[in-house]
Amino acid sequence: MALHFELVTPARLVRSEDVHMVVVPGTEGEFGVLEGHAPFMSTVRDGTLRIYKTEGGAPEEIEVQGGFAEVGANGLTVLAEHVES
Amino acid sequence: MASLKELKGRINSVKSTQKITKAKQMVAAAKLRKAQANAEAARPYAGRLAAVMASIASKITVSENSPKLLAGTGKDQVHLLVVANSDKGLCGALNSNIVKASLVAARELEAQGKTVLFYLVGRKGRAVIRRAYPKAILDQFDTTHVREPGYSEAEQIADALLALYEAGKFDVAHLFYARFQSALAQVPTQQQIIPVPAPKAELAAGGDAAVEYEPDEEEILAALLPRYLKTQLFGALLENMASEQGASMTAMDNATRNAGDLINKLTIQYNRSRQAAITTELIEIIAGAEAL
Repeated sequence: MALHFELVTPARLVRSEDVHMVVVPGTEGEFGVLEGHAPFMSTVRDGTLRIYKTEGGAPEEIEVQGGFAEVGANGLTVLAEHVES
Repeated sequence: MASLKELKGRINSVKSTQKITKAKQMVAAAKLRKAQANAEAARPYAGRLAAVMASIASKITVSENSPKLLAGTGKDQVHLLVVANSDKGLCGALNSNIVKASLVAARELEAQGKTVLFYLVGRKGRAVIRRAYPKAILDQFDTTHVREPGYSEAEQIADALLALYEAGKFDVAHLFYARFQSALAQVPTQQQIIPVPAPKAELAAGGDAAVEYEPDEEEILAALLPRYLKTQLFGALLENMASEQGASMTAMDNATRNAGDLINKLTIQYNRSRQAAITTELIEIIAGAEAL
């Protein structure tokens, strides 16, 4: 029961791990992605990406700027132009 | 024949040249490893972005309402050649190969009656293109102040190109850079970047499931296209960087070896003339002793 999450910037692959949930700052509102999410694609605004490693645990926060989030069969992929962690 | 002192001076001067080329070769080898690692690290992003592009492009039909970056301006008259060179020399024929490829393409386009403009990246190759096409250089981008061209430079170049495109300065843009194959081979490559060529549909395979888009496909595509352009430029800059170091390594390796050969030749010549001088002296002494 885990969501495969990848965070990629032009310079490198920042994260590639299995997590419980990720909250993504989409252009039309934040959305959380759990395992088994329907295929979905959204643009991302500048904001904070929150990664919940475990259910109910404290989130890890990563600042992202501009990009895309894509949910597919193989998990969530966030393509961000800039990342500050 | 040169005197002993002259020969010695030449040997020393070639030796110090060899030291320089050897140092440059080792620096290039170390930098090449880094440049290759950078190029590899950039691959996941480019790959993913291309896949996303393909899956969206397959769902949208190109029409007059599509973004200009995808559909083009509807004309095919003014071609912009974006030529990416390195800033430093000492890398063999790398830069002249890129420039040559772009000039060949420029002549072909001119023969077809098109207008050719240039946008130059990097310091090398400016002079040659300026001599061949003195009035065709639209603008140039200076990378001398940065040690390694990175994503921010690619962004600046892309923004400049997009501004020129929006202003209607050109209809089609081609990018010229050296694709890195190995330390021995760098291939001058031409690639169309504007309008963005639609990615191959096979990349989109597996994306049959109904995907929800937020906002809708067209808006995502409009946001995606400039980013795709930036990624392509970034990739080209990285390839160029790796090519430069690879070419430099090979060129300096050759130079070091040539200097070694030259030193050997000169040393033999030096020893011969020294031996000749000694023999002459001996003959003089013996002749003097016999005369007594």
